[in-house]
Amino acid sequence: MADGLDGNEGVALSGLDRTSAGLPARKARRTFGGFLWRAPWLRAVLLLAPPVAWFALIYLAALVYLFVSAFWQVNPFTSEIERIWNVHNFTTIFSSGAYRAIALRTVGIAAATTLTDAVLAFPFAYYMARVAAPRKRAVLFVLVLLPLWSSYLVRVYAWRQILDHDGVLNWSLEKLGLPAANIAYTNTAVWLVFSYVWLPFMILPVYAALERIPESMFEASADLGARAWSTVRRIVIPLALPGLVAGSIFTFSLTLGDYITPTLVGGASSQFIGNVVFSSVGIANNIPFAAAFATVPLVIMGVYLVVARRLGAFEAL
Amino acid sequence: MKRVIVVVAAVAALAVQAATAGPTGLPTSIGKGEGQLNLIAWEGYTQPEWVKPFEKETGCQVNAKYAGSSDEMVALMSQGGDSQYDLVSASGDASLRLIYSKLVQPVNVKLVPSWKQFNPAFQSPPNNTVDGVHYGISLQWGPNTLLYNTKLVKPKPTSWAAIYSPKYKGKITVPDNPIQIADAALYLSKSQPSLGITDPYELTQAQFNAAIALLKQQRPLIVKYWALASDEIDLFKNGDAVIGASWPYQLSTLKAANAPVADTIPKEGATGWLDTWMLSANAPHPNCAYKWLAYISTPKVQAEQAVSYGETPVNSKACPYMNKIAKGSCAQYHANAPLAYYKQIKFWKTPLATCDNGKNDCVAYPEWQTAWTEMKG
Repeated sequence: MADGLDGNEGVALSGLDRTSAGLPARKARRTFGGFLWRAPWLRAVLLLAPPVAWFALIYLAALVYLFVSAFWQVNPFTSEIERIWNVHNFTTIFSSGAYRAIALRTVGIAAATTLTDAVLAFPFAYYMARVAAPRKRAVLFVLVLLPLWSSYLVRVYAWRQILDHDGVLNWSLEKLGLPAANIAYTNTAVWLVFSYVWLPFMILPVYAALERIPESMFEASADLGARAWSTVRRIVIPLALPGLVAGSIFTFSLTLGDYITPTLVGGASSQFIGNVVFSSVGIANNIPFAAAFATVPLVIMGVYLVVARRLGAFEAL
Repeated sequence: MKRVIVVVAAVAALAVQAATAGPTGLPTSIGKGEGQLNLIAWEGYTQPEWVKPFEKETGCQVNAKYAGSSDEMVALMSQGGDSQYDLVSASGDASLRLIYSKLVQPVNVKLVPSWKQFNPAFQSPPNNTVDGVHYGISLQWGPNTLLYNTKLVKPKPTSWAAIYSPKYKGKITVPDNPIQIADAALYLSKSQPSLGITDPYELTQAQFNAAIALLKQQRPLIVKYWALASDEIDLFKNGDAVIGASWPYQLSTLKAANAPVADTIPKEGATGWLDTWMLSANAPHPNCAYKWLAYISTPKVQAEQAVSYGETPVNSKACPYMNKIAKGSCAQYHANAPLAYYKQIKFWKTPLATCDNGKNDCVAYPEWQTAWTEMKG
């Protein structure tokens, strides 16, 4: 590909050469072009330098700064950052039961959300990919994506209205003669809302994985006498697994980093890692502690991604 | 061309400084407005009702940034805001932090004519005046009240014990704010006199631990720690909460929506806030800032803000204007209350390690913040 491009460039340059001989600027350009032609390593450097620099500066530098500042501290009186190296922030996180509980709650609800979304998304994606006619499939696609076109906040607030003590849910239950469900402002509500808002991020990769399964596999399975359930268990699920894992990367990491949903629909004990980070920066102005706590989800996600890679998730992205 | 303008502006700025700075370093007169005024304010503190006439009168265009909590105001100021914003409407739990962090500068109260009309209790209160130096102009104050649903909470509560008792389990809400520890301490100062709490903002480690223990015991009873006033309004409107710590603002909003609510100052007294407009250390528009301080302190504007927000003006001449806007509002917000009324309110101030008793054994505010996060769990 790169060679082809260069070949064209060479032709163009030589064309210019014939018509504009003697112009120094053109000559210089031609020499430079020729030089590049002879030095492929320089070509690669010039081509890759901008994106690599961008990546290093914007992305890695921020992460490195985050990690480094986690080892600083804040002067308790003036609340200014003091660049004194210590691991005080980390010992606080690991020795305090409250922060452990917050980290466990965050991971627990992220895992529960991922599992719920996987269970809900699989049959839906299967129907979309293998059963629905093209026109119906397009309609379903729109339905899956429709919520993403409206504000995340609006959808979370809508759930708050549904789950409220005098909200739609309890009103409906009362009409049906059932007892009221008091799940407003609880961790159950947080789990429910997360499962709702991240569901499209699970459906799409699972759909992509299921759509790629060749029809011949199903035929072969049937020819060999497998019943429907065996086909699902031994053909569909193993081949859809990379899609499920890819979706779970989204649902898990999005839940892990969120702090708005717990604030809005959570109760008295619904703090997430993100809430502590937010209040440490925006309220206590204790950036080092926030940085230290923010490395926790980073480490968790790192481990998760390594496992996901083993399961082949990146081929389904 | 651009450089010329900059030079001219710099010379002009120097001239203005030289003309107005007095021997103590405080300005002695207000110069020409800079055309802009940047504020960090509580939401509701810059209503068009009084901002528009100010802009018209002075030519200073008001740009406001709203903050959700005192802590956020301090964070905004310390993250470079002191040279970006001119004034900050700091509450008592933030003002000392701003002063000791040198994020605000002294002001000349003589340039605020209405200051002489202020209720004496608010002319030089300890949360904005240090060693006789004024670091701002008091604005408005209000009590943190006990709000309850009149249909579901019977009999009428008379003590803060109501929000610590299992009777209303799962229906209680309190602010998501570390300064709430002072409310627990205030209650303990009466219910457990043996702890010896005299000032809820100056707690020894033992007193502090007792307050945190009380709050931990309260946590399972709480439906939600509210972060925004509108959250608490929702909770009361939808029946998720029936009793909680509140501000007069929520009461008036809920009453306007015909919710069955009332509030009270319980027998233990209450904590309260006193807000101060404080001048940033490197305010870019000092003249407009002084113009604002003078304007916002006049009786009529004080009355407008008081009635609009539901709080009490510090200017003692504001009462007739308040009654003109809303009949009976002066008495409703205790703008004409006797001194004994203020005595039962413990105004917010930043908890410092140095207690007034001269010892150095009090728990400072950063520990309040940490303890609050850990208590919520």
